[in-house]
Amino acid sequence: MAQLMPIIYAVIALGGLGILFGLVLGVADKKFAVKVDERVSAVRAVVAGANCGACGYAGCDAYAEAVVRGEANANACTPGGVKTVKAIAEIMGVNADAQEQMVARVRCQGTCDRVTQRYDYTGVHNCRAASGIAGGPSSCEFGCVGFGECESVCAFGAIKMVDGIAVIDDNVCTGCGMCVEVCPRNIIKMMPADQTIVVMCRNEAIGRIAKNQCKTACIGCKRCEKACPTESIKVVNGVAIIDETTCTRCGACVPVCPMHCIVNFYERDLEGEAAATKQAKLLEIEIP
Amino acid sequence: MNPIVKVLLFMFSCVLTNNYIFSRFLGVCPFLGVSNKVETAFGMGMAVTFVMALASLFTYFVYYYVLIPMGLAYLNTIAFILVIASLVQVVEMFLKKSAPSLYSALGIYLPLITTNCAVLGVTILNISEEYNLLFSVLNGTFGALGFLVAIVLMAGVRERLESAKISAPLKGFPISLVIAGLMSIAFLGFSNMFAGVM
Repeated sequence: MAQLMPIIYAVIALGGLGILFGLVLGVADKKFAVKVDERVSAVRAVVAGANCGACGYAGCDAYAEAVVRGEANANACTPGGVKTVKAIAEIMGVNADAQEQMVARVRCQGTCDRVTQRYDYTGVHNCRAASGIAGGPSSCEFGCVGFGECESVCAFGAIKMVDGIAVIDDNVCTGCGMCVEVCPRNIIKMMPADQTIVVMCRNEAIGRIAKNQCKTACIGCKRCEKACPTESIKVVNGVAIIDETTCTRCGACVPVCPMHCIVNFYERDLEGEAAATKQAKLLEIEIP
Repeated sequence: MNPIVKVLLFMFSCVLTNNYIFSRFLGVCPFLGVSNKVETAFGMGMAVTFVMALASLFTYFVYYYVLIPMGLAYLNTIAFILVIASLVQVVEMFLKKSAPSLYSALGIYLPLITTNCAVLGVTILNISEEYNLLFSVLNGTFGALGFLVAIVLMAGVRERLESAKISAPLKGFPISLVIAGLMSIAFLGFSNMFAGVM
């Protein structure tokens, strides 16, 4: 019992002080109470609450205040999606156009069997560090490094490392864009969820070299350019890029690609599978 | 020595020779964070002064009338943090009510006074230097005024830097750190100023 006394004293003293200060703060809170616009707390309650910063404000509280002040649009909370936009619009009494749902997509198919390892990397398990050493261990210096920095930064658990590359589950992705910032290779891109035709490669090397680096690399052959009826796909710097604003998602470019690096996500939607497994399955296309 | 002279000398030494930022290197975070404009720097300085003076007063009573009699002197850091955090909360509520513009200008740095090491530093130093109640409060008040002087001077310099020609790599924080270093050297000139008389 004697040994316990100092502990009990400590609890009594600090607990007592805590309660005393708490009471003082409680009184001060009543005395200095400021009338807060009740819409602020209402908006704060409907946003996603991940404090991800996708809206461009310091956090969910700052965004809620900005919305009520009329500075921020009701549709800036991407993680909250359409539901949040509607709720905010209701609170603010405005007719907000729901922002197009954005998702992040990994533009790489360089799985372990398609790229080769140029050297054994034994350093820090980190994409940024690995890609800094002679262009990274993988034979393609444009593709996914595979150490999963995006996986660890994703607050929603939408990213998984499958067979050496990052795979994003469309249905779980909220479009916050955290993974885009962290990827040292810039292969993750935010695009509208209905942009189903995606060029799954960022390899800027010329055709012959690209082919040696990865079995599904874009070789810049421009067949997709010719096949596109709306001129929405262009080969820039040796790699095809789709203009999402003019692309009609017709899919004419998909079958003409000799390297199978243009992918139609919609076809896989029809099969009714989860997006992550869909992308993984896609990676099993036979390579000529 | 005449006690009044002693008190006066103590006040000056707190502001100049023992400046918390330039000679003890405490409270550097808000010193760099809130010194963009003289106005907000002054507001921050006043808020810190208020917190530091009251923290010195309260921690004196907490230490000598609660912790020491109960044999809990080793818990002083936790108890002091408790006092400081509560004080900062009160200041925050007060500012939110009476000076909303200052409240929004200080932003995140206002609650961060809680973690301003100068505040905790003052209260701990009061104990380790065995100051009595008067000198504890004076140390808190005038130490904080030293912080106020430093941060306002810094803000004045940085306001002028806005229009100065600075090479790109030094713009922003690098040049601020260089200036802080130079100001620290300048304040070194005050050291031993009162050595002969104290």
